[in-house]
Amino acid sequence: MTEPITIQLNGDNRIIGADLTLLELLESLELDERAVVVELNREIVRKKRLGETRIKNGDEIELVHFVGGG
Amino acid sequence: MKSNTQQDTLLEIGGRSFTSRLMVGTGKYKTNRDMVEAVAASGAEIVTVAVRRVDLDRSKEEAILHHLDPDKLFLLANTAGCYNVEDAVRYARLGREAGFNDFIKLEVIGDQDTLLPDTVGLIEATRILAAEGFKVMAYTNDDLLTALKLEDMGCAAVMPLASPIGSGLGLLNPYNIRIIKSRLSVPVIVDAGVGTASDACVTMEQGVDGILMNTAIAEADDPVAMGRAMGLAVEAGRLAYLAGRMPRREIAVPSSPTSGMLG
Repeated sequence: MTEPITIQLNGDNRIIGADLTLLELLESLELDERAVVVELNREIVRKKRLGETRIKNGDEIELVHFVGGG
Repeated sequence: MKSNTQQDTLLEIGGRSFTSRLMVGTGKYKTNRDMVEAVAASGAEIVTVAVRRVDLDRSKEEAILHHLDPDKLFLLANTAGCYNVEDAVRYARLGREAGFNDFIKLEVIGDQDTLLPDTVGLIEATRILAAEGFKVMAYTNDDLLTALKLEDMGCAAVMPLASPIGSGLGLLNPYNIRIIKSRLSVPVIVDAGVGTASDACVTMEQGVDGILMNTAIAEADDPVAMGRAMGLAVEAGRLAYLAGRMPRREIAVPSSPTSGMLG
């Protein structure tokens, strides 16, 4: 069993299991990947790559979506 | 309702055509239901949305896509809240990835009190994004030289303000708006500052291609009624512009015949 890792998710430190993919992270947060954009270390990860991109210790992840605005 | 005698053309921006010349924002509504109904009452086809972090505790409630149908409305992402070129470009890229088109309502804000644009940053961000294939609609001052530079940088539309964002002060400088419209080839959409229906009407009477507004509808006591009022006002102002107004005179001219009076 690998040790859990620490990431920064939307600005907050969070401890998650090792070897998760970004898609698995979204699923664990009950987020629909069609409505969320993932930025990994300031680079946008295209939706088709979410399932193959594994999260590493120290990664900075931003999850954004559309909200009301003018 | 279209007039029989004055057929308007479609509004074309960045290769897309729209019937309504009113665009509305989706922020600041008390409830999402108010927002959805007010947007529908306004008749707007283009609605703006902002890009923000998912609130991991209440994501479903705030996600706008749960309330707006992207098949029926054209969702225009904005870069509101960005105070430098780097952030604006980052938000624009996120918006394109989140969205359904490569249009961006580009804001590079320069001052927190007035929310006036940093026009130097705006021109630079426009250059970067236009080169990446974005259809940039740039929120700017009512300044001709900036507008011309934005057009040179490849803007799909230039969006001068009527007055500061959320101020409701109406169109402060119709002369500047008219001169921008007369000198640009790309559409001129007045963005921000409209307070009520007469402001929208007067703005459209200047001959601009459209108006974008948010607060005037969202902060009305009855946003749905104000949405409809704004839709009518934009159409009335557009039609009055196309009709061509009578000249202003400083003396009265009678409307009834001066001959045939009783002796």
